[in-house]
Amino acid sequence: MSVYEKYEAVIGLEVHIQLLTKSKMYANDINEYGALPNTNISVVNLGHPGTLPRVNKRAIEYAVKLGLAVNANITYENQFARKNYFYADLPKGYQVTQDKTPICTGGHITIKLKGQEAKDINLTRIHMEEDAGKSMHDQDPFDSLIDLNRAGVPLLEIVSEPDIKSAEEAYAYLTEVRKLVRYLDVCDGNMEEGSMRCDANVSVKIKGVEQFGKKVEVKNMNSIRNVQRAIEFEIIRQIDDIEAGKEIPVETRSFDAVNGLTFSLRSKESANDYRYFPEPDLQPIFVTQEYITSMKALLPELPAELFNRFVNDLKLSDYDALNLTDTKAIALYFSELVTKTKNYKAAANWMMGAVKSYLNENALTIDRFPLKPEKIAELIAIIDEGKISNTVASTQVFPEMMKQLDKSPLQIATELNVIQESNSDALQDFVNQVIANNPAKVAEYKGGKVNLVGMFMGEVMKLSGGKADPKMASKLVKETLDKA
Amino acid sequence: MTIDTKTVDEIAHLARLEFEAEAKTEIIKDMNNMLKFVEKLNELNTDNVQPLIYMTEESNVMREDEPKVTLTQDEALKNAPKHDSDYFKVSKVIDNK
Repeated sequence: MSVYEKYEAVIGLEVHIQLLTKSKMYANDINEYGALPNTNISVVNLGHPGTLPRVNKRAIEYAVKLGLAVNANITYENQFARKNYFYADLPKGYQVTQDKTPICTGGHITIKLKGQEAKDINLTRIHMEEDAGKSMHDQDPFDSLIDLNRAGVPLLEIVSEPDIKSAEEAYAYLTEVRKLVRYLDVCDGNMEEGSMRCDANVSVKIKGVEQFGKKVEVKNMNSIRNVQRAIEFEIIRQIDDIEAGKEIPVETRSFDAVNGLTFSLRSKESANDYRYFPEPDLQPIFVTQEYITSMKALLPELPAELFNRFVNDLKLSDYDALNLTDTKAIALYFSELVTKTKNYKAAANWMMGAVKSYLNENALTIDRFPLKPEKIAELIAIIDEGKISNTVASTQVFPEMMKQLDKSPLQIATELNVIQESNSDALQDFVNQVIANNPAKVAEYKGGKVNLVGMFMGEVMKLSGGKADPKMASKLVKETLDKA
Repeated sequence: MTIDTKTVDEIAHLARLEFEAEAKTEIIKDMNNMLKFVEKLNELNTDNVQPLIYMTEESNVMREDEPKVTLTQDEALKNAPKHDSDYFKVSKVIDNK
């Protein structure tokens, strides 16, 4: 047993998501990524004295929706609090957040690793707060540059319980969080641009021991994959240090994506004193049962529900269902498609095969896919009727359908002259001809060379100009040979 | 609670202020006096009294999610002690959060 197997990791994640509101959390300056520096600003977010914040209605809506989607309890009386600290990108000198009354408590996110049972990662809380501005330390030789476009952008912080046991589970959890916020249209989930960010609290302990190890916070991971890498590194580092007899200090570390390691940023031994106190400038927000019910009615079908429907009702595999629920737009398209065909497996295959390739090749997302679901359903139907083969459908008919969006697949197949001959009378004529023309081969077949069927099939295909339905032709060839 | 040099140092640090030793002695005296004065309030029993946070009875004061441009970049930067055409400039700060 390697020393690493003696230990287990305890991981909790703090995820910040920027909300897709049009304006900011407590003032009406524009909430938009990538604008010219210091143009999306207001007196409130510049921290000018004598200004008053006001809560964005939509941010409350998004928080409640996310809470409902993860089965959290929604808090009735919501207060805001000031978290005080000095930093140049926080002009007010405090962040307006929620301290004692987070808008959501409890709830869970379900993850499923390959070959394992589904597992619930419990949530501690989700609270509302605001983003800070952006500091740049390396643009100017003498000063730090401050851009306050991001100051006051609405955030939800989603705090998980330390239920995550491995880097793979952390990866799966973040993937689910991102999928969920995208389904709900509350955040675009872009870790590269920072609209979704994750800090990981990682500790290790000997398996079976109750007491948690010292907690290390890891920051600055700008992709889900990098969160996984950072946690992998951190677990090994901590175990190595403990095995070498070193103490693990409580500290904040940063991830270096180039070298795949973490390094110490600062010690946390002297805990920050944020002097939280209630924000007197913002009156409480009461979330009524009535309001919650109205929000529930607005929730879209969620990925987990769609997954279950695809697996249980449509009898698709977990793999197919997972692929088809990856984005809401794909799932919606597929949902419509399966109202128009009963061949669900074929529908899934078309979605993940030809449709996906078309989207990839043209760098499109499904909402820009020009073909209506009923056209794909019609294509599946003519394949199932034996009018064209799968191969002809995907190599010839489908590409032509993408060029002639209004024509039916049958019309296109007819024009391409690829309708299969599945009329058994016509096929029987071809088979009879082939058998009559090859008496020697027929004798060999009768003598036991059964694999000559292939040769006969080839001849039938040739006579039919390649349009014989292979299934039916093969059946007729065998029957006729056996009778001959 | 009583105030000593350590408390003054901590509070001064949080407020980013610095004091000479003499001033600290005065501050300790003043702050202890203030605390003693406020102590008086502890004589009241407030066990069943909710803390008063808001000066009005209002609640659910919200705004529609409608963005507005209320300040130009020039106006935003105008009052800053140091800035260039795009950014506020501050002394290099790394890791103080």
